[in-house]
Amino acid sequence: MNALDASGDNLVQITDLTREFSSGGGFLKPRRTMRAVNNVSLDVPRGKVTGVVGESGCGKSTLARLVLRLLEATKGTVTFDGKDLSTQSQAEMRRLRRRMQMVFQDPYSAIDPRYTIRRALLEPFQVQGEAKSASEAKATVDELISMVGLSPRMMASFPHQLSGGQKQRVGIARALALRPSFLVLDEPTASLDVSIQAQIIDLLESLKEELGLTYLFISHDLSLVRYFCDRVVVMYLGRLVEILPGAGARPRHHYAHALLDSNFEPDPTRRKVVTMLGGEIPSPFAKIPGCAFAARCPAANDLCMRERPPLTDLGNGHMIACHNPMD
Amino acid sequence: MALLSVQSISVSIGKLNPLDGITFTIDKGEILGLVGESGSGKSLTAMCVMGLLPRIGGAITKGSIVFDGCELIGLPEIEFRRLRGKRIALISQNPMTSLDPIILIGAQIDQVSKLHLGLSAEAAKARSLDLIAQLRIPEPAAIHRAYPHQLSGGMKQRIVIAMALAADPDLIVADEPTTALDVTIQAQIIQIMVELVRDRGLALMLITHDMGVVAQACDRVVVLYSGRVAEMNAIGEIFAEPKHPYTRELIRCIPRLGQEPGSLKGIPGTVPSIIDYPDGCRFNPRCGDARELCRAQVPALERKSSGLAACHFSEV
Ligand SMILES: Nc1ncnc2c1ncn2[C@@H]1O[C@H](COP(=O)(O)OP(=O)(O)OP(=O)(O)O)[C@@H](O)[C@H]1O
Ligand SMILES: Nc1ncnc2c1ncn2[C@@H]1O[C@H](COP(=O)(O)OP(=O)(O)OP(=O)(O)O)[C@@H](O)[C@H]1O
Ligand code: SF4
Ligand code: SF4
Ligand SMILES: [Mg+2]
Ligand SMILES: [Mg+2]
Repeated sequence: MNALDASGDNLVQITDLTREFSSGGGFLKPRRTMRAVNNVSLDVPRGKVTGVVGESGCGKSTLARLVLRLLEATKGTVTFDGKDLSTQSQAEMRRLRRRMQMVFQDPYSAIDPRYTIRRALLEPFQVQGEAKSASEAKATVDELISMVGLSPRMMASFPHQLSGGQKQRVGIARALALRPSFLVLDEPTASLDVSIQAQIIDLLESLKEELGLTYLFISHDLSLVRYFCDRVVVMYLGRLVEILPGAGARPRHHYAHALLDSNFEPDPTRRKVVTMLGGEIPSPFAKIPGCAFAARCPAANDLCMRERPPLTDLGNGHMIACHNPMD
Repeated sequence: MALLSVQSISVSIGKLNPLDGITFTIDKGEILGLVGESGSGKSLTAMCVMGLLPRIGGAITKGSIVFDGCELIGLPEIEFRRLRGKRIALISQNPMTSLDPIILIGAQIDQVSKLHLGLSAEAAKARSLDLIAQLRIPEPAAIHRAYPHQLSGGMKQRIVIAMALAADPDLIVADEPTTALDVTIQAQIIQIMVELVRDRGLALMLITHDMGVVAQACDRVVVLYSGRVAEMNAIGEIFAEPKHPYTRELIRCIPRLGQEPGSLKGIPGTVPSIIDYPDGCRFNPRCGDARELCRAQVPALERKSSGLAACHFSEV
């Protein structure tokens, strides 16, 4: 229980995490650097679902990869169950990897096109050096595939014979194979229809209860995030701009507000006219001294242009990085 | 008469029969949503309308597709090419399948109106700039001179919409046009597309699995299940009084604000595989109302108190 004591209620702790990417640097091309994840600090409470939302390109997938150390950080630390991941040996990392798995965003790249579904589902065991007898393998694969609502008859199929949604379910089954305790779900239901999505969310909810799983859940679907997540983290251009303590909490950061306002309700009697944000999302290479949202924010002032707003606590775990929060 | 009338089309690809008796219509000025489980045949239906099935080795084995009075089935490819892009335009999910990475954005949009409307270079450019501005992309002139890789995903998708509009088509088929986009950009694009349909009297066939988008934009909805039409109905009925048990289940699966945690449940059972469709009604293994007849006989798509549904036992 030492590890638990060391990390308290947080399975994962992210501190000042930054990841830079460079491009160019060839002949006559200046080398440019961008911060895909910019000084993010975040605790992921054990047994809870932490949601991450934000525009495409704001750094959600990069954050996910950093957290699992599938990508090295430029700066900052991630601790998993009290262990600083950057100081773990290869062997220790491999043992830890069993406990932390990722479901990738793109169902097309997640499974090797040359593998049958059966082989794709058995691969995690091979990577971990766990051989299985033929009957064990069949039982395992049968269980995994029906867990995600696919027909066992699909086992001999190749990925190209499956629809996008079917492939995504195989990706989820694969991540669950080793019974991890921490699952990073990078838009796991983006390519699925609502009935399969409901099935998968239901499955994730019961797995969480049964196995005490902890999730970091990245999604574009705000209705889903508000249903499924205990807390919602809003990112913009690599920065964390707001943490909503509960899914029902009203956002007070102007970007978080615009984001939630853009969500169409699944109710034809409640159609809305969305307010179009002016301006475009700045280039990720732009050096922005102040608030990253200032170029599009209706409440931006001089201070917003000059100084980066610090993340401050409004109480009850509601955190916001804004100079002039909404009422 | 409807602008597009699809009557009982069935499709085969090799030994598979992914579509069976698909029927729907779209009028001018109307947005028709096409929803259904993954693998239910939405994209293939779009490909039928676009005449693209032969490219994946598929064929329409029966039925009819009439567009503005003209039968499309059996239309020679050379004539289809004249319709495609000009009168029926496609917006696909991935903008890069429609954009050439090494050609300037402007040249690509100009090309459409030069080719299909016979515009001069200047007139085509003016039209492109106008379209870019209509899609609320800032600095149209700069965008016109840019390469695709210089644009964000949301901007690229708006360029693909501009290209689809450039020939002034009558029907746009959009296959998950905003799935890959941010919520804020998606909301803007859907809003723009709805305005364009209303202003220009276009017809739009919108494939999406986002039920928020369906509720916001569509006038009518076709619900597919395992390659067949389960229901076709007005948007209000689909959400408030669905006629087919599958539609009812689908609507129940939408997460709602304030919903009790743990109460979101999928539809029991598994989606049948295309190689192993059940006899009778394909929804019968998962349907709470299923009886003997459902396993023995395929329900016909029939008129109910509103819309059409293919169910032996749903109320009339
Ligand atoms: N390996 C890489 N090399 C260079 N740049 C990268 C790399 N990976 C990500 N980036 C850049 O970092 C930024 C953040 O990308 P990331 O994929 O994390 O965004 P995201 O929030 O997951 O977006 P989406 O919602 O579209 O998935 C983007 O500008 C992206 O282009
Ligand atoms: N090129 C192909 N060859 C063989 N079968 C195919 C091909 N394309 C699609 N199918 C099959 O036809 C059925 C319908 O596929 P389609 O792509 O139309 O589904 P969809 O409703 O668009 O699904 P999604 O929501 O996942 O995009 C599926 O069972 C699929 O496996
Ligand atoms: S800091 Fe300023 S620019 Fe940024 S969201 Fe707040 S008010 Fe707007
Ligand atoms: S025909 Fe029978 S099985 Fe099919 S939806 Fe109707 S009641 Fe259910
Ligand atoms: Mg991502
Ligand atoms: Mg599709």
